[in-house]
Amino acid sequence: MARNVKARKNTARSDWILFIIFSAAVLTAPITLAPIGAAYPDLLQKFAIYGIFAIGFNILFGLTGYLSFGHAAFLGVGSYASVWMFKLFTMNVIPAVLFSVIVAGIFALLIGFVSLRRSGIYFSILTLAFAQMSYNLAYSVLTPLTNGETGLQVRHLAPADRAPDYVLKLVDVDLRWVDQAFGVVEHGIPITNLFGMKMSGYPGFYFCAVMLIIAFFIAMRISRSNFGMMLKAIKSNQNRLKYTGINTKPYLLTAFIISGMYAGLAGSLLAVTDPLAGAERMQWTASGEVVLMTILGGVGTLVGPFLGATIIKYFENIFSSINDTVLQQVFSFLPETLQNIVVAVTSMFVGEGWHLTLGLLFVIIVVFLPGGLMEGFSRLFRIFKPNPPATPTASKSEA
Amino acid sequence: MSILEVSNVNKRFGGLKALNEVQLSVKEGSVHAIIGPNGAGKSTLLNCFVGRLTPDSGTVMFNGTSLLGLEPHEINQTGVSRVFQTPEIFEDLTLLDNVMIPAFAKKDGAYRFNAWHRVSTRTDVRDEANALLEEVGLADQAGLICSTLSRGDKRRLEMAMCLIQHPKLLLLDEPTAGMSRADTNNTIDLLKKIGERGITKIIIEHDMHVVFSLATTVSVLAQGTVIAEGTPDEIKGDPRVQEAYLGGAHL
Repeated sequence: MARNVKARKNTARSDWILFIIFSAAVLTAPITLAPIGAAYPDLLQKFAIYGIFAIGFNILFGLTGYLSFGHAAFLGVGSYASVWMFKLFTMNVIPAVLFSVIVAGIFALLIGFVSLRRSGIYFSILTLAFAQMSYNLAYSVLTPLTNGETGLQVRHLAPADRAPDYVLKLVDVDLRWVDQAFGVVEHGIPITNLFGMKMSGYPGFYFCAVMLIIAFFIAMRISRSNFGMMLKAIKSNQNRLKYTGINTKPYLLTAFIISGMYAGLAGSLLAVTDPLAGAERMQWTASGEVVLMTILGGVGTLVGPFLGATIIKYFENIFSSINDTVLQQVFSFLPETLQNIVVAVTSMFVGEGWHLTLGLLFVIIVVFLPGGLMEGFSRLFRIFKPNPPATPTASKSEA
Repeated sequence: MSILEVSNVNKRFGGLKALNEVQLSVKEGSVHAIIGPNGAGKSTLLNCFVGRLTPDSGTVMFNGTSLLGLEPHEINQTGVSRVFQTPEIFEDLTLLDNVMIPAFAKKDGAYRFNAWHRVSTRTDVRDEANALLEEVGLADQAGLICSTLSRGDKRRLEMAMCLIQHPKLLLLDEPTAGMSRADTNNTIDLLKKIGERGITKIIIEHDMHVVFSLATTVSVLAQGTVIAEGTPDEIKGDPRVQEAYLGGAHL
């Protein structure tokens, strides 16, 4: 490219506009997503939760270029930490969320400290190894903490007079000291709450949505800050940065911890909306999924990772539920023979075949739009812009 | 008063003795050129100053402290900046960011966690960076992404990145390598202009035109040893230097 590329200006004003549009879009999702069949709380919660996961992942991968293949470990740790808070102290979600973020941060500090001794593919392999180790430990020696294959769940309270007898059987009975101290009466297995407001259905979604908006705002501040600029410089030319007097290791470790804490928050919200934590959340496929989300939406952009997360979760939940009967109805206007052929072909891409559609979409994006969907949008934006400026704007959109 | 004191430095790569008992003393405020034929050990010596290589033996003292065993960023923080053989800049960032980053490294130290305030709120650093871009003649391109700059412009940008740190010692590794005559002359002018700030400079160079237009002292390195040292005029007439450059290469 011989032409001069002008960097896109991100003023404080344009950031506020972006933030307001983002918040409005998230909060109105139950209405705006209704036409595509995605407006039910369970799916909307997933959009928000995996959006947080991907936004946090992007702080590491998008800004520094360090590709972690083990971020699901922090997601899993966040879930376990939250469920333990529910079991031991209270069904209120605030302590659980805070505790999960802190635990995931400490976990990220340990894994990051070791993994960041290497860069490139070796860093990726180290993070993958740690995540798989966590996954396998959760199934084996850590069973007293994770309840192995069954998964850690919120259970009935231990009989109040015999609580001490159950200290070693805590995966099967709960104590909830704080709730008990406040005299909360439980009927059956309780569900999570925010000071009495039940965290299921739409209230659960709005809690996740507020967390997403906060997470997005913090990611935006980081991206525009001094710290963010140093992370981008690491991605651009780490060697130069070292000779410029910057100690890159603590910058990388801080970015790794922040991104681990985002994953912990996401894991915690998974437990908030469904108080059950299983080890499969830490499997490498879950780590790979967040990489796909980020690349699909646009690496290094602010909105892209959230968009990628939304699309993948949409495919996973909506495309996978379309079956032949639905297709028959859609194509019922065709003559019967043709209808059968069309249904046979399209059914490969929906239902069980949703992976195929997603895979094709991913290939198309990586080949034609290496900057992800966000690059596609900024290209469209340029085509339809009435008066293009004298200097073409950057292909590196940061919105 | 010497700012950099190199004594008895040895460096071996397998069977090759790259540096052999190198002695060098760089005076404060001088422009010290290190010349020598290919493979004489010039770049190896420079890498020993910046922490990329550690000598097998010997000492490198800068302003009374040893540079050996320090990380590159620690050496930079003591006041040594470096210009690379091929311009090393942050290609994906804007020119302004490129100059602001070293300024922050100087002001805030090797690590400072400031993830909340916008970079643009630090107007003091931005103004300084803009002034320096103006000085090297790149002010009108401040908002551009660097990857599209010409090589000569990248070199000037790299100079600005070093100058904003107000280094005590500036190391230049073949600053005009691969440049056109016009770009070379521009670089010489720029270096002369920098010279007015009184920064001590070490230049490694092949181009004798550059060396003799800038240097106040010249050291000649051949086969890992300093074989001659003096003013440019003394070096021009030194038979040992001619031997090293012409005789050694052709016999």
